[in-house]
Amino acid sequence: MSKEKAITGNEAAADAMRQINPDVVPAFPITPQTAIMQSFATYVSNGVVGTEMIRVESEHSAMSCAVGASAAGARVMTATSSAGLALMWEIVGVASGLRLPIVMEVVNRALSAPINIHCDHSDSMGTRDLGWIQLFSESAQEVYENTLIAIRLAEKMLLPVMVCQDGFITSHGVENVKIFDDQEVKKFIGEHKYPYSLLDIKKPVTHGPLQLQDYYFETRSQQIPAMAESIKEYLKIGEELRKITGNEHPLLDKINIDGADAVIVTMNSTAGTTKTAIERMSKEGKKVGLLKLRMFRPFPYKEVAEALKDVKKIAVLDRSVSFGANPPLYSEVKNALFDIKYDGKLHSCVFGLGGRNIFIEDIEKTFNDLLDGKLEKHSYIGLRQCP
Amino acid sequence: MAKLKSAKEIPIGGLIDEAGSSSKFKTGDWKSFRPITDLSKCIQCMQCVCLCPDDCIPTEGKGNDIKRKETDFSVCKGCGICANVCPVKCIKMEEEAKFIK
Repeated sequence: MSKEKAITGNEAAADAMRQINPDVVPAFPITPQTAIMQSFATYVSNGVVGTEMIRVESEHSAMSCAVGASAAGARVMTATSSAGLALMWEIVGVASGLRLPIVMEVVNRALSAPINIHCDHSDSMGTRDLGWIQLFSESAQEVYENTLIAIRLAEKMLLPVMVCQDGFITSHGVENVKIFDDQEVKKFIGEHKYPYSLLDIKKPVTHGPLQLQDYYFETRSQQIPAMAESIKEYLKIGEELRKITGNEHPLLDKINIDGADAVIVTMNSTAGTTKTAIERMSKEGKKVGLLKLRMFRPFPYKEVAEALKDVKKIAVLDRSVSFGANPPLYSEVKNALFDIKYDGKLHSCVFGLGGRNIFIEDIEKTFNDLLDGKLEKHSYIGLRQCP
Repeated sequence: MAKLKSAKEIPIGGLIDEAGSSSKFKTGDWKSFRPITDLSKCIQCMQCVCLCPDDCIPTEGKGNDIKRKETDFSVCKGCGICANVCPVKCIKMEEEAKFIK
């Protein structure tokens, strides 16, 4: 049973949160995330959920509050964007270091300066090495389903999870979203049984003690296998959710990759734009494909290498840069291909910083340049002057 | 020193899963002054016991018969609060260097 609703990506996130019914939601408003908390606050006010919603004075406090509540054993969710994520950075690392299963909606927005409210991925890429699982969502439907997976995955692995979506493009664009039966989803979500609750007086624990040269390395190293293992768990939980929603939840979506002459690798809403470009170009007889990543952390190196091994021409489209280094997604794809001694053409295309639009025609041109051997090794889509 | 455990032998997230484990740690080795108490002059007012921030002055007995004992130097940080509050001035702060052999 499902109900189709015309809602935004933000409302889809809030609807998933309504079904999850978290114990505690600390939040601070920031564009373009604000609408998630606005919708969710309505559910709280109307008594639809039993959540304790805490309005804090900054994002640093929001994540601090989430850490405290989560260590106490509560199911905790929050949401942020851009500068908000940057401000909570210190505590974002604390959440993963303490192995707290917090789920955070990240509505991707450019970082300052110049100040900008529109989409790029520099905010979540800035936290890619902090030990959070990062799921990326092409559409509002994926935001909804990734959020349901995220809560299960976080609580199973005792690792925090970010659910990312493109600011304004997905967060404010209205789409048809299938919201599934409350009872069925609640059964899928289950109860949160945190084993190290601060409130359990029969099993006293201390969270966050000092560890210096003697134990810090060992404690941090435990996150490495936990991250690796979460790939398997994600697939298992995704398969369980498929039985309710009918939608697949692979690590990678492979569109027309078999026998493709050229493939674009990208994440979030641009994958949708690429699909339309592929449909148009297929009609002209061109063999082009898409590899969409749903999970950026942990990075599925083996699966990416396996998917791309027979493709001769690849362009990786990054919606962020790493100044003085290769862009994040390109860098990881290159790592994955090094392991299999890939000898095809691999290109980096940076696009869409600060919400600069990317159109179907831009993707078609990128594919054509790639096919004709005209694409530069490092190119910039839609930029007026190439660096 | 106890044998250090491997990553697989310790709880996740740096968690401490027992209560009161701080008593296993000796934290008084970096003080620069040591309180020396002349117990023969002590009037057992208990002000030093109550005000010690690290709870390192042990006592024996109960009620009116309570008596303080020698400061536990393995925990004392040498802050000097005890010497400062003592109404009969029977606690003197002396340089730690004198006691290190």
